Amino acid sequence: MDYLWAFIVGGLLCVIAELLICYTKLTAARILVAYVVAGVVLTAIGLYGPLVEWAGCGATTPLTGFGYALAEGVKKAVAERGIFGALTGGLTATSGGIAAALAFAFAAALVFKGKPK
Amino acid sequence: MFYINEGNKANNNSVISFRQVIFIYKKDYKKYAEQTAQKSNAFTNCIKAFLVGGAICTFAQWLYNMFITRMSEENTRLLVPTVLIFLAALTTGLGWFDKLAKHAGGGTLVPITGFANAIASAAIDNKNEGWVLGLGAKIFTVAGPVILYGTLASVIYGLILYFIRLAGAGGAA
Repeated sequence: MDYLWAFIVGGLLCVIAELLICYTKLTAARILVAYVVAGVVLTAIGLYGPLVEWAGCGATTPLTGFGYALAEGVKKAVAERGIFGALTGGLTATSGGIAAALAFAFAAALVFKGKPK
Repeated sequence: MFYINEGNKANNNSVISFRQVIFIYKKDYKKYAEQTAQKSNAFTNCIKAFLVGGAICTFAQWLYNMFITRMSEENTRLLVPTVLIFLAALTTGLGWFDKLAKHAGGGTLVPITGFANAIASAAIDNKNEGWVLGLGAKIFTVAGPVILYGTLASVIYGLILYFIRLAGAGGAA
């Protein structure tokens, strides 16, 4: 069952982006930014948490899940260390993913040749 | 030009001249073609995005279910996106990711794979321009805005949470 909901919720989040690509002039970068910020906002107003419980990786894998991780991290950090947590919480919670993306991208750049321009 | 003038002469008495037809045709055809192409493609594109995006998320769920039995939840939550990021960076380098993304659109863009692809392709394509201001700066072309606005939103949320807590504590005392 968890696979089914991961498929449906993850797929639908992708369809929303596809509709934005088809019917608006938003660039891919703007859509990604919108997804992350939407993830933070939806988590803050308490909508995204239940979706993660329900759909698991269907909700955490899309970039809104990155926003969810930022918001959850900041919530935890503010509870632990007050106002300083507002600065540390978001990036602490997402540091692993960002470092992995940078490290693998760098490794890929070492191994592979770029497209001729 | 020659044909258009000829046509104009020949159709002088008709309600709409050939030249005007050409003009309207040129002006609106592009718009019309774009609109119909959008309508016919939007549906199939959405189906493709749904299937590919859903499949990536299902794969992520499968990884999660596999890892969770072997390690803590915290590490699992890190390892699942790390595997996806690794695969996205690898397939970007091999040139497979772009081929899939051409069909899947939002299906590969929205999952963490799209973020990883944006970073990896920026790194690969700009290394020839130097390690610092080429690869080093341009690796953040897409990642930078995402990290900036995501972090900004989280800081604002943190401040709101903090002041709500302060107000709550003040009210209680």
